[in-house]
Amino acid sequence: MSRNDVDSATGQNSSVNRIDQYRRHFVGGSIAAAAGLALAPGLILNSVQAKPDDQAVSNKNRWGLLIDTSKCAEGCTDCVTACNKKHGLNPVHGELTDAQWIRHVTLKNKQTGHQIDMPMMCQHCEFPPCVDVCPTGASFKRKDGIVLVDKHICIGCRYCMMACPYKARSFVHEAHTDQVPDAPRGKGTVESCTLCVDMIDRGDGTTACAEACTSGAILFGDLNDSNSEISRRLSSEGGRQLRAELSLNTGVRYQGL
Amino acid sequence: MKNLRYTTIEGNSPRFLGLLAIYGFFLLLGFYAFVTMEHEGHWITGMTNQVIWGLPHVFAIFLIVAASGALNVASIASAFNKSFYKPLAKLSAVLAIALLAGGLIVLLLDLGRPDRLIVAITYYNFKSIFAWNIILYSGFFAIVGVYLWTMLDWQVEKYKRIAGTAAFIWRLILTTGTGSIFGFLVARQGYDEAILAPMFVIMSFSYGLAIYLLVLMATYKWTGRELGDAVINRLQNLLGVFVAATLYFAAVYHLTNLYITEHHGFEAYILRDGGLITNMFWYGQIVFGSLLPLALVYCPRPAKSRLAVVVASILVILGGMAALYVILIGGQTYPMTLVPGYEASSSFSDGVIASYSPSKWELMLGLGGVAVALLIVTFGMKLFSLLPESLSDKVTNPHKS
Repeated sequence: MSRNDVDSATGQNSSVNRIDQYRRHFVGGSIAAAAGLALAPGLILNSVQAKPDDQAVSNKNRWGLLIDTSKCAEGCTDCVTACNKKHGLNPVHGELTDAQWIRHVTLKNKQTGHQIDMPMMCQHCEFPPCVDVCPTGASFKRKDGIVLVDKHICIGCRYCMMACPYKARSFVHEAHTDQVPDAPRGKGTVESCTLCVDMIDRGDGTTACAEACTSGAILFGDLNDSNSEISRRLSSEGGRQLRAELSLNTGVRYQGL
Repeated sequence: MKNLRYTTIEGNSPRFLGLLAIYGFFLLLGFYAFVTMEHEGHWITGMTNQVIWGLPHVFAIFLIVAASGALNVASIASAFNKSFYKPLAKLSAVLAIALLAGGLIVLLLDLGRPDRLIVAITYYNFKSIFAWNIILYSGFFAIVGVYLWTMLDWQVEKYKRIAGTAAFIWRLILTTGTGSIFGFLVARQGYDEAILAPMFVIMSFSYGLAIYLLVLMATYKWTGRELGDAVINRLQNLLGVFVAATLYFAAVYHLTNLYITEHHGFEAYILRDGGLITNMFWYGQIVFGSLLPLALVYCPRPAKSRLAVVVASILVILGGMAALYVILIGGQTYPMTLVPGYEASSSFSDGVIASYSPSKWELMLGLGGVAVALLIVTFGMKLFSLLPESLSDKVTNPHKS
């Protein structure tokens, strides 16, 4: 989806100026990133590069998250707030119909009472049931593992929501006028966590939720890169998939379950 | 039965016009509901991010399932060459088309983006059973349409058997597809079961025949034509067999779940603790939707009592709606297990039974679909000579009278 599309979706017509603005930010960001790389080569183990717009996404990367539930504080919703803010998910008609791309889930062991707190979002499965069932192909998976909804061909049948084992998707129950450019929302279509695909494509190397998590419970990275921190930690400390029995090979992994 | 005279209904009596007015009223209600839902968004309905498919889907799937079942009478005549059913076959085909159209229009108008119908037709994901269903529905219209043509036009009558057989096979695949919409869902406790596909097939036999019986009896009564006991007796006996078979499938489905510990929570919810869902199951689906119709059909009663057949058919239809409500809504309101052994809670109804109260808009839309189906079948009878002028015992069963 081009940025022109995004702007037209929000009804703004200064798309050229905005692109220039993005370019300036991008160049500025790149310089800062380059400086950071030069100054602290020992600290940055996995460099995430911006993908030029004309370059296709490749399966060289498999983006994912590692969530350490032991660091996830009870009652903390920093990641949820950051996600809602970044994507313009403002409360409208209440919890039942408002979109929740990420939510704080509390798990309590039925026998021992042991409590676990964790964020839940789209698990970005390698074999996503939502993609299988979508009649038009609007629900799709990028080569780098990010599961998205093509809002131009989503007919709003909600079959993907029936199929998702994680209840990760929301239906846009009403029109939204206060949208943000990087997260266009359409009444009558389905949406879910995009793994902050715009940030990934810009080469930010993180997501809004990971960035906002001050306790370091959420780690973003490339599961295909054996040198990335996420891969190294998964290799040394392990990590579980939610509903692993479904063999969906999720891109989001959990520790402490 | 070779010299049966098929005629159209007159179609200008006060009763006919009154029927049209009633259909028109519900059509307008349905259209108003659609426009309102489309304008405001789905937040005005009872559907939420937890109960994703609501009452419109109960109506739509009921009508779609019943559509393929309504074709059964024609299938028995053509595919299985039973001459007794041949006079009944044309109405059966028209009713099948009408019910499918009614169901599909509800399904379409409940989409988040009904304006993207063209997208649904031009973009296909062939791994999706939903996409396959779109092909199956379109094909059903075409095949049953051709089949109807072979029954109405003597010049192509020689193709009737082959068209009827094709339609029969197609309808079996179609309902298998409808059941598989749920059978193929791995996420939820109540679905992900292969038995749902054949269960939907047998449900279709039952609901389709119940609707057929009512339409047939109403038509003959309101047009002053004679409808003999032979026809009624055969069809009601068949209805009894289908209702019993549906019960059998429901029993196997729930017994299997009861055996598997993982599903005990779900079964406890449906069978014991589900409140409205539990009542819908025991009273709607089982007692009033199955056992009472069976008793009405098979218990001895005063000869020629048609009321029992009418009541049994109405109960089968209402019981069918209840059964689909339990499958659809019950399957969605029961929470998914994220981590076995742990109770979940969140702002997104994790770990709790989701609430659902259907809105008036959903009911209006669903009833609009029923009106579409009845309108098509009523007009069909005015346009085409679908039914014989008499189906008296002397005509249908001359050797016994």
